[in-house]
Amino acid sequence: MNETLESLRAGIESGRLRTDEIVLNMGPQHPATHGVLRLELVLDGEIILKVIPHMGYLHRCFEKHAEAMTYPQVIPYTDRMDYLASMNNNHGFVLAIETLMGIQVPERVEYIRVIMAELQRIASHLVAVGTFGMDIGAFTPFLYCFRDREYILDIFERTCGARLLYNYFWVGGLSHDVHDGFERETAAFIKHFRPTLTELDNLLNYNKIFIERTVNVGVLPADVAINYGCSGPMLRGSGVDFDLRRDDAYSIYDRFDWEVVVGTNEVGTLGDSWNRHMVRMWEMEQSCRIIEQALESFPQGDISEAIPKKIRPPKGEIYTRVENPRGELGYYVISDGTVNPFRVKARGPCFVNLSVIDEISRGHLIADMTAILGSIDIVLGEVDR
Amino acid sequence: MESLLQSLFGDNYLTLIIYCALPLLFLLGYALLAILGEVKISAWMQDRLGPMRTGPWGIIQPIADVLKLLQKEDITPAKSDKILFNLAPFLSFMAAYAAFAVIPFSSQYIGADLNLGLFYLLAIGSINVVAIMMAGWASHNKYSLLGAMRSVAQIVSYEVPAAMAFVIVVMFIGSLSMQDIVTAQAGPIWNWMVFGGPKGEVELASGTVLSASWANLVFLPLFLATFVIYYLSALAESNRTPFDIPEAESELVSGYHTEYSGMKFAMFFMSEYANMFLLSAVAAVLFFGGWQSPFGVYAGDFLNISWLVPLEQFGWLAFKGLFFVFVMIWLRWTLPRLRVDQLMYMCWKVLIPFSFGIALIVGFLVIVLK
Repeated sequence: MNETLESLRAGIESGRLRTDEIVLNMGPQHPATHGVLRLELVLDGEIILKVIPHMGYLHRCFEKHAEAMTYPQVIPYTDRMDYLASMNNNHGFVLAIETLMGIQVPERVEYIRVIMAELQRIASHLVAVGTFGMDIGAFTPFLYCFRDREYILDIFERTCGARLLYNYFWVGGLSHDVHDGFERETAAFIKHFRPTLTELDNLLNYNKIFIERTVNVGVLPADVAINYGCSGPMLRGSGVDFDLRRDDAYSIYDRFDWEVVVGTNEVGTLGDSWNRHMVRMWEMEQSCRIIEQALESFPQGDISEAIPKKIRPPKGEIYTRVENPRGELGYYVISDGTVNPFRVKARGPCFVNLSVIDEISRGHLIADMTAILGSIDIVLGEVDR
Repeated sequence: MESLLQSLFGDNYLTLIIYCALPLLFLLGYALLAILGEVKISAWMQDRLGPMRTGPWGIIQPIADVLKLLQKEDITPAKSDKILFNLAPFLSFMAAYAAFAVIPFSSQYIGADLNLGLFYLLAIGSINVVAIMMAGWASHNKYSLLGAMRSVAQIVSYEVPAAMAFVIVVMFIGSLSMQDIVTAQAGPIWNWMVFGGPKGEVELASGTVLSASWANLVFLPLFLATFVIYYLSALAESNRTPFDIPEAESELVSGYHTEYSGMKFAMFFMSEYANMFLLSAVAAVLFFGGWQSPFGVYAGDFLNISWLVPLEQFGWLAFKGLFFVFVMIWLRWTLPRLRVDQLMYMCWKVLIPFSFGIALIVGFLVIVLK
């Protein structure tokens, strides 16, 4: 028996006996890819040698489509990009047009936009955190996250009638004013939601098995993150202190007292999956702080600026960027002075963040692949657009 | 029990078949209960209601599930190895069911009171590995193959600490027979193995007398640790969370049974549930007195109804077994899943050294105390 093993080993080492790599297609129908992503994994046993993401299964020609639409008609299309963060998507696009046209929206609109964007950030992070737990194998926290997300969706539904795709931010204002009792409901939600964060800490984040599974997995060093153009929790998880809400302040974020959270090496290495996950957890607390302060000084007033009936931005081009829950969402809009945009280019954070996957998952096991993919937190609607 | 059946049906094959099928009857009822338990307990843990539409509070949901599985198309993948593919689920269930032969359900019912009971249990348990490997290989699916490879590595590894836990108990009692192990724990709750074993002289089912005294209390921490080791190994052997790596849903879709549908899937499902109860019942037999009542007395004895006593004993074993099944379900919906290498680390570098250490100490103490 030993002789057989010895000769096998000698054969492999000398190259006479060839061992093959397996190519495993993960997706497009796979529970861990969060949609229709196909990852082509090149495996040596269970060790990953290479990851080739294949995308485009959900490509809907957003950019080309936008050219045939009038500016307000593009807004519902932005909803459908990152469908877990529609408010934030709207925000970026309307900011671009408003800046191009030189519109200053009323105070109340800014406040509502910030509150909505932060509520949406919490909702989006809840999905990210919950599904990440599920990727690791913990099913229960997922449902706790979705339970609390329901409260946010209920608030959105009462305000604008939709639960997922809102079309709520319009150029120069909003589609409707908030409903009666919005402030009370939001304040009640924040009060209800804070204990959930502690609950998740106890249930998931500091669970020994969870830590074992996520710490030192998919370590993304800060310089690599910057080179690849990563943004959002991906970048902050690697310890880079950069948040567009503070560093390229738009709307009224500069009025509130909040912190940009970055990853730590408290538990493992800076930039591992655990850090990316925890940045989302900590950001939810910061979002709560922003919402509370905004509710305190919530002004009365008009909810839309006087704007021309036909929106025709002057000739020119603009790039605006906002901090989407997943990172930097930028819109590059060229206007030729007509009612249709000449060109719209969206810079999606998920697409850019996903590109780093090969770099950080080489040498890990298949089980780590789901942890890494979960911690990148992609939404295929926005990767493929 | 055997004589009762003989008096009813005569001494023929019918008696034998009924005798063999009794645990199967119990298993079918238990499986329905366990499926309902799984969905309802998980629902309550997750702030949900669970199934509510089929029957009051959804209690006939498991029957609806079984009916659904019966109606499903029975798919055999085109490129699969047809014979192995179709054989695997039945082999898997056969292995799980065969092990029930040595489970003492009461003082009156045990399929076969082998003097090598525990050894048989270990041996027959390994057949499941063959079935899983067959399923994974025959499916012609990379996920199934990866799942099967993981499963085999896992089950084979975890048999070592499980066997060591058996050895520790056997060293103390001096018999491999399951009825002997249960009768050694006769009397009140403190005579259970997990509390250090019998505290006075007991006569085993096989007739030998085991001398014991209150000095056995020194075994309490040792046997408690042995129980934990055994239970962890049992979790791993039945592929339950946090060791459900072979069927890790988020990575391998569902591992070795990805390609199975309909009743063949149901067979794998049944064998998983049967295995869960089997390992729980073994835990109860080895450490928690098996069919012994925790009070040391039976209502049947007080009321002078002799047929009530075996029923009570069966009730206690079922209760203890189901409790450990409940703990498995509880853990499943609480804990995340380990990774393959962490699983192996836990087995070879934590459980096995500990079990060997305990075996050494127990062996030494057994000699000293005798």
